[in-house]
This record gives sequence, structure tokens and C-alpha cells, in this order.
Amino acid sequence: MPTFGNGRRVAIIAGVRTPFARSGTALKDYTAIDLGRFAVGELVQRTSLDGAAVDLLVYGTVVQSVMAPNIAREVALMPHFPKTLQAFTVSRACASANQAITDAADQIALGHADVAIAGGSESLTQVPILHSRGMSDILVAASKAKTMSQRVATLARIRPKDFVPITPAIAEPSTGESMGQSADKMAKINGISREAQDRFALRSHQHAARGLDDGRLTAEIAPVPVPPKYDAMLATDNGVRRDSTYEQLSSLKPVFDRQYGTVTAGNASPLTDGASAVLLMSEERAKALGYTPLAYIRSYAYAAVDPAEQLLQAPVLAAPLALSRAGLSLGDIDLVEMHEAFAAQVLSNIQGLASKTWAARAGLSAPVGEVDPERLNVMGGSLSIGHPFGATGARVLTTLCNELSRRGGQFGMLTVCAAGGMGHAMVVERA
Amino acid sequence: MMAETRSKGGVEEIIADTETGLSLVVENGVAIITYDQPSSPVNTLNSRVAPVFDRLFTRIEQDAAIAGAVLVSGKSDTWIAGADIEELGRIESAAQGEALSRGGHALLDRLAALKKPVVAAIHGAALGGGLEVALACRYRIATEHAKTVLALPEVQLGLIPGAGGTQRLPRTVGLQAALDMILTGRNIKARKAWQMGLVHELVHPAILRDVAMRRVHDLAAGRPLPVKPRKGSAATVLLEENALGRKLVFRKAREGVLEKTKGKYPAPLAAIDVIQHGYAEGMEAGLREEARVFGELTVSPVSRQLAGIFFATTALKKDNGLPDGVTATPRPVKKIGVLGAGFMGAGITTVAVQAGTQVRLKDASVERLASGWRAVRDVVRERLRKRQITRLQMDDTMSLVGGTTDYRGFANVDLVIEAVFEDLAVKHQVLHEVQSVAPNAIFASNTSTIPIRDIAAAAARPELVVGMHFFSPVHKMPLLEVIVTPETSAETTATVVQYGRQLGKTVIVVQDGAGFYVNRILAPYINEAGRLLDEGARIEEVDAALADFGFPVGPITLLDEVGLDIAGKSGPIMAAAFGDRMLPSETLRRVVESGRLGRKAKNGFYRYDEAGKRQGVDESVYALTPAGASRKTVPASEIQQRCVLPMLNEAVRCLQHGIVRSARDGDIGAIFGIGFPPFLGGPFRHLDTIGLPVALAQLEALNLRFPGRFEPAALLREMANAGRRFHP
Repeated sequence: MPTFGNGRRVAIIAGVRTPFARSGTALKDYTAIDLGRFAVGELVQRTSLDGAAVDLLVYGTVVQSVMAPNIAREVALMPHFPKTLQAFTVSRACASANQAITDAADQIALGHADVAIAGGSESLTQVPILHSRGMSDILVAASKAKTMSQRVATLARIRPKDFVPITPAIAEPSTGESMGQSADKMAKINGISREAQDRFALRSHQHAARGLDDGRLTAEIAPVPVPPKYDAMLATDNGVRRDSTYEQLSSLKPVFDRQYGTVTAGNASPLTDGASAVLLMSEERAKALGYTPLAYIRSYAYAAVDPAEQLLQAPVLAAPLALSRAGLSLGDIDLVEMHEAFAAQVLSNIQGLASKTWAARAGLSAPVGEVDPERLNVMGGSLSIGHPFGATGARVLTTLCNELSRRGGQFGMLTVCAAGGMGHAMVVERA
Repeated sequence: MMAETRSKGGVEEIIADTETGLSLVVENGVAIITYDQPSSPVNTLNSRVAPVFDRLFTRIEQDAAIAGAVLVSGKSDTWIAGADIEELGRIESAAQGEALSRGGHALLDRLAALKKPVVAAIHGAALGGGLEVALACRYRIATEHAKTVLALPEVQLGLIPGAGGTQRLPRTVGLQAALDMILTGRNIKARKAWQMGLVHELVHPAILRDVAMRRVHDLAAGRPLPVKPRKGSAATVLLEENALGRKLVFRKAREGVLEKTKGKYPAPLAAIDVIQHGYAEGMEAGLREEARVFGELTVSPVSRQLAGIFFATTALKKDNGLPDGVTATPRPVKKIGVLGAGFMGAGITTVAVQAGTQVRLKDASVERLASGWRAVRDVVRERLRKRQITRLQMDDTMSLVGGTTDYRGFANVDLVIEAVFEDLAVKHQVLHEVQSVAPNAIFASNTSTIPIRDIAAAAARPELVVGMHFFSPVHKMPLLEVIVTPETSAETTATVVQYGRQLGKTVIVVQDGAGFYVNRILAPYINEAGRLLDEGARIEEVDAALADFGFPVGPITLLDEVGLDIAGKSGPIMAAAFGDRMLPSETLRRVVESGRLGRKAKNGFYRYDEAGKRQGVDESVYALTPAGASRKTVPASEIQQRCVLPMLNEAVRCLQHGIVRSARDGDIGAIFGIGFPPFLGGPFRHLDTIGLPVALAQLEALNLRFPGRFEPAALLREMANAGRRFHP
């Protein structure tokens, strides 16, 4: 039985997430820490876990809080755990929760931990707004001033333009290109049509709606009370559009390249608030505590491409690596979950996996293979459910494991693309 | 047993009195007086410590090597918790109480007049006499710690501060702040104490002793102190620094007290008098007056009853709830399930999460969970608003509430409390569900009407079934009635009793039976109030008579508050169980039938405005009653007798049939569950006061007028005839 570590298999016991809400809506008053506490608190309660049994908590986030940079520790200080629960925060763009999960899994495989909680959280409503450079320089100088008159003189240097704040954009520092522009560029390079993108987006909404309605997706969600009145609870993802039609999607205007582009608000994942968490254990500890694991981690891989080329295509390199580490081929995989940042990106990834060119780049003699649409994102994905950057990875893993178990499948694979030209893939197995 | 050593070449000289636990060590020229009362969790002031203190003071005065003293506690959580209340209970005359107070004055006057500085180094509770000792010290340092609280709680025992507190406190913190403390007895946290000037400095516990020693040297050398005490606001000074302003303050204080106590509690008014006397005639005269009044109050009936309640609740805190000689180890309760997110379920969740328990709150829909969650948050949020907790504490508390619409997460609950619809079939269904998902969990029902044995009848493991009857609103009502059946195991009982205390409740254990104890003794009282309306009495007069008796609200107001639908439901159940003597009044039956629901629907015996604020009696109710619109005046004394006597009588029946284990439990249950007037000490204490033969005669007379309802309990007759009392 292959393991990725030193013989200790890592079990996935359960996953819980908050509902995912379009940013600026139901969860807008919560910080990433608040959201993380909802997900982790419910995970502990729902799994009937003794908080004292947890050795480690790892959490992912992208837009870091200036006031509490290690949000994992803030979450770990919940009353559900002893104050001695150590915790750290990781960041790998949209694969941050995946990074949290593999870090926790590594610690278990190494024998440094037996029980770990991993996941991630993101509030894309409560993002830090920065002062301009000029303003910061003046404020720092003023705080160092020794006398009142010095301070006043320093502050007098502030000019109206200094008050213009800087909002962090979702743009690549290396290329200056926004992620939407990158996706648009990928559609052009790979010849992904507007229609194919819109049809894929529609499929995502329809599948997600079905998963919510029949309870398969809803089962992952911890209801969260809605501020400021708290007179209702959000128990479902509010970005899923049940009534979406192809006609509606096709009528939307391109956002990033108005002249030649094909990426629209309808075939891109929305800015989203939410958090997620999974419970990981060593196989022996799971057995000792009486848990039946959903699945085990069989392998994982990270890869990267030049961000200036095809920013979101690295899953095409990560997937074969994970598969080879698992000793499996794509044909062995019963269920695939691919993170949907953009329809253009998912379709480009699928195309890349089937292409000889990308196979060659991965050092393979033959393509990885064709992804069976019947096994792909069967309950929708980030296009419909939403994409709180730091949380998505644990959402994807939870859905994969739950559905794999429901279907009685043996192997599952997930892929996640991430800013900076990075990609992640993980293979899980049952029993 | 005073050991005194003097090591000539050494740096320390020691006095240790093993009997009182007072000791003195000299360190760097400072006498450290440590109080560590042997075989007691707290330090109290008793008659034995005064002479030892006197001796220590003499030593400090005479020893030239001593610059001054620091007074510290040897206990981890308390400084000095006040006078020994049992000793106060042994006082037999006002003169004896006055003498005790004068003795305290002499000691603390001496402390205050010492030429050398004494610094009170306060960590933990400084209450009553403890705070009075601190007030007589030259300088006070408190630790900034949750355990450090200061208060003069004497009024809560029907007394006034008797060791100079009525004089020194106003002179330290100002008149209004002192009145607030003395009249409410409430705890002042360390930071607040510093802000109001009650202590001079706040420090971390780790440096308390060092800083205190440093201040002794500073004070002895006349050095300016680094930390200045806080001053009151200009408005406060203007109001308090002239006789006219003070007169206004005193008048307001008296009005406030009378409104709250309705004249039933003499101590707060007496405290105001004594404080005023001190302002008018000076400190020495004030102290003499304080001692005189203190002496009178120590032997007053109200004080005796309040002390009795104090002892009863203290004893209940140590009671495992089991029959004599039976012991069981309570299980720890870390996570509970609450079924039903309605008013009671949310209330139980509130107190549970505030005690740090994880709660699985289950209801049928997310909407119901949302309203339950919000109800919990409203209470917790109120504590934040009052700054009793921090934002983080609020978030932590709320994070313990886990809402669910299924039984996921129930596998490791230690206890499930059901607050679902009052229907036996529904109770059986949830019992089955719980016992299948959490077979080892204790199953507690919060029912107020269904016998626990009927619920337990469907249990696979009836030994785990018990009643936990909380009162509404749960976060405010101090009582928990635990109901056991013959099958309830000792471990189950011990666990819920201990957990109830963890929730901050006073717990009484009662045997199963319709109405259990509290609602059972309430029923004849409510019924009789209704019958008075049947006969044509006025609603407001019935309420006024019983409020005047000392109940927090009258019975008709209580019906409106509880909800007429709920009250209407329990009446027939009680009648079915106990026969005609518990038959509900015609008025209540008809008013319930008319669809009125009480305050919650702004439609009951009283009228309510849009905002739910109560207006006058709704005269249109009378048309529903047998007597119709014609009303007559019934004397208050008759209303009181006819309503209260059957309550007392039913309480005796409960004792006779073993529903309550003791008269003590019966008293506490009535006071904390119903609001039976505390100054009367509870139904059994009140019977002792009026005299059992007198009560018996009154009941018999009423029973002639209204045959059946007032039939005296056999135990009452038996004890009256034997000349016995319920309490020794």
C-alpha cells in the first residue's frame, strides 16, 4: 500500500466548511479568523472530537490580516482546544488550504503529529486597505519626531494625493497582469471558445444546485448566523445560480479584455468569503479513537510554470507527478475535482492533460489522458460555489472524499491552480 | 499559642500564632503580617484575631527596626472574606452585637492611628470586615486580577458594615460611590476600585509584595508616591462637598431603597441613617451610631432569615444531592446536547456555554436554530455591553454553540437536556433517538408538567433519565430543580447536581410527582388568586396584596408573564393528580379559553402598549369571570391568607411525602424558584415564625368557609400538636 511518507498513512476523517458567500454579502462582517472559528468549531463538534487530542492546527490564507498574521493560532485559541495547541499559517495563493493540508499530512507522516486540523479561510470583504507610500513615510517620520513642533512640521507635508488608498489587486507582482487577463490569454492560446466557457460555467451552477438540493453539498456546510441582526443563518452557498441559462451567460460582456476577450463575470469564479477545515489523523490513531476515515492521502505534488506564459496551467504538471507518486494513471481515478478559477483555466488544464506538448514538458512520453466529464466536478466547483482563496483547497478535498465514499470509488484526484504560476494535485484512496 | 523567636544575629524576627494563622515576619525593615486561617478555605474575622492583631500592632510600634507593615493573605484566592457569619449568628442581644462592633472599632482605630504606615496588599476578595480592615490601612494596593474584588455585602445579610465601613468608605471614595457599594453590596473589580480611589495602586500579583514593601519605606520616609489616587469629577465634588447637595443625595438614596425593598428590609435605610449621622456629627459619633444600629440588626428577624438562607445555600453547594450516606462520583460534563432551540432551550444553552461547555443545539430547522442562536447572543452581548466580559470572551462563548438539525456530533455528549414540545410521545421519540446516538449520555428533561417516570418508561437505560427543571428566564433565575425517579442512578443524580452548580444555579433535588416541588406549591396559590377574581375581587388589589406580602410580583401579573397558555396547561394536570383541592379557578379557565396569552401577545389580564409596556388592568377581562363586571373590595389580609396559607400547606405536604428532602430545600426552592419573600426565610421558616398551631387554626377556619381546599396537611397537624418546629 503506497504511502507518501515513512510508512504512516494519513487518514482524512471529515471536512466542514462555512457556506461560501459572495464577498460583500451575508458574511461580510466576519473576519477570516471569525470564519475559520466557525468551520473549525463545527468540525470539532460534528466529529465528536476531544480538542485535547489535536496536536497541530495549520491554516491557509491569502490576504493576510495585518493585525493577526498567524490566523491559525487565533483559531487554535478557541475554547474547544487547550491553549497548548500549536498552530501556523501558510500561504500559497489559491492552494493555501492545500498547503496547510499537505504540511499537516507531512507532520503526521513524519510521526510528529497524530491528529491535525488543516484548512483555510478568506474574507475578501475585509481586506486591508493600505496608505500610499508617501503617506506611510510621513506617518512613520511623524511617529519618530521628538518634539511636537517637529511632528506638526512632518505632518504638514501630507498632500491630498497621499490620501488615495491602495487596495490590493489580484495581480501578479512579476507580470502586473491580473488573473482575469491571464485567463483570457490562456483562452486565446489554447483556443477555448466563449461558448465552451459559458457552457462549462452553466454546468458548474447546475451541478452545484443539485448537490445543494439533494443535501450532498449541504452536508459539508456548518450554518453560520448572519450579522448584523443575526436573525437568520446562512446554510447554503449564495453564489449558486439555479436559474442561470446559457443565454444569460452568453450575453455578458467580457471584463478583462473588452475587445477580444472571452472571460466574463459569468465564467470566472466570484470573490468570496468563507472558511473550511478537514480533520487528519494517522491511520493508527484514527483506528484507536474509533473513527472510520473517509479516505487516505496516497500522494501529492506541487509544480510551477512561468507566470508570464500560462499562469494557471501548472496543474497539468502537478497531476502527472502526483499520479506517478501514487503509482497510478488517470484511468485509475474514479473521481476528479478540479478547482475552477476560470472556465477557461479548467478547459485549458483538461486540454493540457490530453496534449503531447504538455506531456513532453512534464517529461512524459504520452499524455496524462482525457478527463472523463462524468467524473469531473460532479457537484460543481469554484465557478458556482465560490472561491474564498485560502479556503478552497479544503472544500475541494472534502467534496472529493465524501463523494468518492458515496460512489464507492477507490481513487480520487484533485487539482488546484494558484497565482504565481503554481499548481497542486493530490491523489486519495479509500480503505 | 504564640511562638516568638528572635534570632539575634539574623535578619528576621518571627511571630506566629498557630491558632488564628496570623504571623509576622520582618524583611528589610518591613513587618509582613500574613493572615492564613487554619483549616479554612478563606480568611474570616472572628473574635480570636483581634487580640493577636493588637499584639502585632504593639510590636510594630515598639520595634525601632520596623519602618511599617504590609498586610497580606496566605490564601490563593481571597484576602479577607469578612466576619465569621456563624459567630454573628450566636449573638443573642443587641448589646452583644454593639459590643462586638465597638471592639472592631477600637482595633481598627488603633490601626488607622499607627504612627508607622501599614499597607494593605490585596489579592483576592476583600469583603465586609476585610475591606474595613483595608480601609483603616494607610495605603491600599490591589492586584489586577479577576479574583480581586472588593465589597461591603453586609446588607445582603440584613446588616450594615460594623467595623467602621459606613464612616471610612464615604470618606475614602465619596458619598455616592459609598452609598452604591453599601446599599447594593455589589462586588467592585480591582480596576474599578482603582478608578474610584478605593485602592491607590494596581499591580500584577507577582510584584504585589515587593511594591507594598517599597511603599512602606516611601511612606515612612515621607517620599512622594509615584501613583496618585484618582479624584472624583467636578459634579461629584459639588454635590458631595456641601450639606445641601448631600441632603439631596441622601433623599434620592432613601427613595431608591424604598422603591426596591418596599420597606421590607431595614438594613439599607439604617445604613443611610448611620452614614448621614457621621456626616452631621463627625466620625466618632458616626462610629458609635454604626455600632448601635449594627447591634440592633444582628438580632433582627430579617437578618436572621437572610443568614439562614446564606447558610442553606452554602450547605447546598456542598450537597451531592443524594440520600444520606450515598455517594457517587459525578461524571465531568464537557459537552451537552440541547434539544429544542426555543425559549428554554436557548436559555439552557446560554448558561451552558457561559460555563464553558460545548453545546450541540438541535432543532428541526435552520430558522429555529437561528432564533435560538440569536437569543443566546442577546444575553451574552448584554454582558459585553455591561463590560462584564471582553469581546474575545464573548466570541469564545458564542463559538461553543454548535447548531445542528441532525444528531451529528452527539456521539460524545455527556448529557442531553431536552426542551422540546410538552408532549409525552414527542419526549419518547427524542429519548429513543438520543439513546441510539449517545447510549451512555444522561438524558435530562426540562419538562415542567410531565412526570419524569413517564418519560423514563420508554428508556433503554432508565437509570440515565432525570429531570432538570430550569426556570425562566434561565440566565436570571437562580434555581435548578433536579427531579429523580426511583430508577435514576446515584451517578446520574450526582452529575446533574454538580453540573447545575457549574451553571451557577442553586440546586435542590426533589422526587418525581406532578408539578415536582416548585410548581406544585405555586398551583394552590395561583388557583386561590383566581378564585378571588371568581368571587369579584379586583385584579390590581389581589396583585398589590401579595406584592405587599413580599412577592416580587402578584399572582395575576405572574400569570401574564408566564403566559396564559402555559399556565392553563398545568392547571388541569395538577387537578388530575391531586383532585379538587388543586382545581383551577373558573376565571383562569375562561380567560385561557378566550385566547388571551398574556404579556407575550400583549393581551392578558393587563393591557400592554405597542412596545409591550404594561398599562392598567384590562377591565374587559371581568366580563369573562363568573362575577362579571361587578367588583368588590376584599381586604388585603384575607387575600394574603387565602393565597399564602395553601402554598405553605402544600409545601408541608411535599415534605411529608418526601418530594423535598428537607425543610431547608423547601425554603430555598420557594425563594429562588418563586420569589417567596426572602425576609420571611421560606415557607417552612415562615410557618415556624407564625407558629404552627396558629397556621393550623387559620387553615381550619378557612377550610370551614371553603371546604376541601384548605384541609391542613397531616404533618402540619402532627407537628403543631407535638409543639415542634420545622427548623430548630
